[in-house]
Amino acid sequence: MIAVAWQMVQIILVVALAPALTGYVRLVKARLNGRRGPPVAQPYRDLYRLVQKEAVVAHSASWIFRTAPYVVFASAWLAACLVPTFTTNIYLAPAADLIALVALLALGRFWIALAGMDVGTAFGGLGASREMLIASLAEPAMLMVSFSLSLVSGTTQPAQIVAFVLSGNVGIEVSLGLALAAMVMVAIAENGRIPIDNPSTHLELTMVHEAMVLEYSGRHLAMMEAAAMVKLTLYMALIACLFVPWGMALPGDGAMGALAGMGAYTVKMLVLATALAFFETAIAKMRVFRYADFLGGALLLGLLATIFLYVSEAV
Amino acid sequence: MLIAIALLALPVLCVIAIVFGRHGWNHGLVHGGCAVAAAVLVVAGLRHLGGIGDAPSVVLPFGLPWMHAHFRVDNLSALFLLIVNVPAACASVFGISYVGHLPERKRVTPFYPLFLFGMNAVLVADDAFMFLVAWEFMSLSSWLLVLAAHERPENRRAGMVYLTMAVFGTFCLLPCFGLLAGVGGDYTFAAMRAARLGPLAESLVVVLLLLGAGSKAGLVPLHVWLPLAHPAAPSHVSALMSGVMTKVALYAIVRVLFDLHGDVGWQWGAVMMMVGGITAVMGVLYAVMQDDLKTLLAYSTVENVGVAVIGLGLAIAFKDDGESQLAALALVAGLYHMLNHSIFKSLLFLGVGAVTHATGERSLGALGGLLKRMRWTGGTFLVGAAAISALPPLNGFVSEWLVLQALFKGPVVPHWAMKFGVPVVAALLALAAALAAACFVRAFGIAFLGRPRSASAAAAGEVGLGMRGAMAVLAVLCVILGAVPVTVTDHLSAVVTPLTGVQFAVSSDLGWPFLSPVSNTRGSYSGTVLVLIGLILFGFAIALVHRLGTTAMRAADPWDCGTPEDNPATQYSGQSFAQPLRRSFGATIFRARETVTMPDPSDPAPARHKVTMIDPVWSGLYAPLIRLVDWIADGVNRMQYLTVRLYLLLMFCTLVFLLLVVAVRQQQ
Repeated sequence: MIAVAWQMVQIILVVALAPALTGYVRLVKARLNGRRGPPVAQPYRDLYRLVQKEAVVAHSASWIFRTAPYVVFASAWLAACLVPTFTTNIYLAPAADLIALVALLALGRFWIALAGMDVGTAFGGLGASREMLIASLAEPAMLMVSFSLSLVSGTTQPAQIVAFVLSGNVGIEVSLGLALAAMVMVAIAENGRIPIDNPSTHLELTMVHEAMVLEYSGRHLAMMEAAAMVKLTLYMALIACLFVPWGMALPGDGAMGALAGMGAYTVKMLVLATALAFFETAIAKMRVFRYADFLGGALLLGLLATIFLYVSEAV
Repeated sequence: MLIAIALLALPVLCVIAIVFGRHGWNHGLVHGGCAVAAAVLVVAGLRHLGGIGDAPSVVLPFGLPWMHAHFRVDNLSALFLLIVNVPAACASVFGISYVGHLPERKRVTPFYPLFLFGMNAVLVADDAFMFLVAWEFMSLSSWLLVLAAHERPENRRAGMVYLTMAVFGTFCLLPCFGLLAGVGGDYTFAAMRAARLGPLAESLVVVLLLLGAGSKAGLVPLHVWLPLAHPAAPSHVSALMSGVMTKVALYAIVRVLFDLHGDVGWQWGAVMMMVGGITAVMGVLYAVMQDDLKTLLAYSTVENVGVAVIGLGLAIAFKDDGESQLAALALVAGLYHMLNHSIFKSLLFLGVGAVTHATGERSLGALGGLLKRMRWTGGTFLVGAAAISALPPLNGFVSEWLVLQALFKGPVVPHWAMKFGVPVVAALLALAAALAAACFVRAFGIAFLGRPRSASAAAAGEVGLGMRGAMAVLAVLCVILGAVPVTVTDHLSAVVTPLTGVQFAVSSDLGWPFLSPVSNTRGSYSGTVLVLIGLILFGFAIALVHRLGTTAMRAADPWDCGTPEDNPATQYSGQSFAQPLRRSFGATIFRARETVTMPDPSDPAPARHKVTMIDPVWSGLYAPLIRLVDWIADGVNRMQYLTVRLYLLLMFCTLVFLLLVVAVRQQQ
């Protein structure tokens, strides 16, 4: 019963905090650029403003264009509900493991790519084809990270991985470092951050995600923006859950444990967001045809993480 | 009994088709009859799996004089009867209205029942002779169907390549069954099951089987006939060749390796896994570069066959190591993937058939905007594309998930080749799955979304009720097989129990909606829960947004960054969409090179964009082989023009050689 309650809290928490996290990243980036930057609550205002506006849909668009924003948002929200944030005692945790989480995000990506192609403009096709290139390399890298984590902890469920790590059975492993590096590269690619994609670009030929949502306006655009924010929160929560789960409440810890877990979760999110802002400011976006090198490196790191486990005789 | 009636009805339908060939209603009648026969076979298969059923084996007094024809239905045959006949029934219903419009219909209708007969007879054969006779029936009738539209030169070439590969396949299967029968020469499967093989024979059987049945299934590098032959046949026949005939080849592999041979070493499992992984990646890379929808689907079949073979190889490795539960898991995963692929590949091919029926076009460069003009076809094609891209909650994801869960347990096998090979195969499988999603976003997006790229695409209308019904049934099956994975795996466990020797049980600690094959803490998935919660969140999002904001919507021209273009040629084409993938993956594997020649500013000549690629398998393996065969043939051809003296010398030498052979044999 308490698991249902924590699940409801998490469902509300992830979608309520996601815009704030994005706002915080933008604020830190602005301060690093020497600007004052928008307040942290600005994304909430942006979403509210967009939702009030009329949605303009092209003549050539089909029902896929109109339903895609909600499907993308719902799939990102659903995935975010399944990753433990402040406690592992959430009711829906057994419904999806790491492989199913990757596939759930692939579902969202399938729909957004189709929505980009629906209107029949060159920019939508541009965004969709680049997005599928990124996905074709980032997904295998993520699956190799799941493989190495499953070899270390004996399970592919995030909640069980946390329980394994918190019970002290894992020492310092080179493989986990390699897997973390691969996961960070995948997270950057999947969320469309620099160096893969610039979320604040206005130049169409440099766009990937923005090109797919170029034709959207009003509430549809608000849903797409919100989905991107929830996805960023999801990936940060996943990194924190899999690699630094200390502070998370386990089944059996009471309300105090959950509160401590929420505090730990907030701290981890802020640290990761600050790190992301510093990273994005420090380097430049790379050319599209260098994505294969970057993400191929992530795939190779994931493969090495698995193979190094044999060398270190942990398996 | 049911099976016998249905099987005998099919050749009768062939005769009817020939006798009444002149009448127009003949085509609909024969295809309808095939649909009924296939439905009867589905019922028979379900009855056998459910436990009800009459005598499962029968010996008929025809065939070889010292060995009559043996037929038997066991759980594996019953499962494959379902895998074969569900798409066959839907394709036959599709064919009722589809074939009537084909110009080559008189060459299609007589051979179609024979094709179904051949495939089903392979599944129920219980001795090697009937097996191979039925196998040849299947190959030859599909060859005749490939040649139905023989006026086109590419179809003639397809027929030539297909016949060569089919003959090669049988040429490998004959000694394979000969080795299994052993010195005693008893070709019944029961005798083969009981026989023990020597170490050399054990390995040879596996190699010959993989060459023979693997070429029919489409393993790289023996896949070259698939993308030529499958597009050449009419669409409902391509659906069966791609979705079903490849599964019959995989049935042969499962039957021999797990049932008749029974003692395959883990090394062969590792080889099969590696071959399957390479097949999967190569197949989907080829598919992404194709513009012809049917060739694209044929290459995608190669990819899915690779995934199934990964599952089978893993099962062999686990079984040899004594991990029976994991072997059962891997085998269930492989069989589940075969079932799923037969359903969604047939659905996709029937969709392409509907598109060609409505527009006359098959190439992505001439399609577009079909979703608004063919709502049902587009909707069912979308379900098929999502299923083959392994997206939850559909069936394709469940089988990929099971294969991955089995792979993640792979390092349990204590051999170093497995420990290092399994992560590589897992990476290949993951890469293939991600590229498949890219391939089908491209196929569906270019063909059905956007604006029409040709007049015939703009004028397309929805197809008839029969065709839509066939596709809808397959689409519903995709959804159902994804929604009740625990029920399906329970039934598949009944199939694998005699093959692995252990009862495979999905862990049920979490309850029925949760599929947790190894243990409930190891990894679990529930499609029904995800759909339920997903729909709640979806509805909630819509309600919240409509509550907080406005529901106003206005139709207008596309924004297109303020520079809208009327010409639909400015939107992305199939080749443009594939360009990033071609540059990243194709540069090394296919030696893909792009050259752009821009004329001078004052020159009115058009700019040219040229893409060159090579087919590495064809130019690396087959072209040298063909050159070698030609060279040998040229050399041997010189024997046509020898003088009388040289002919006499040849006869003399042959005589001397034979006398020597006789002398040596008499010495022994």
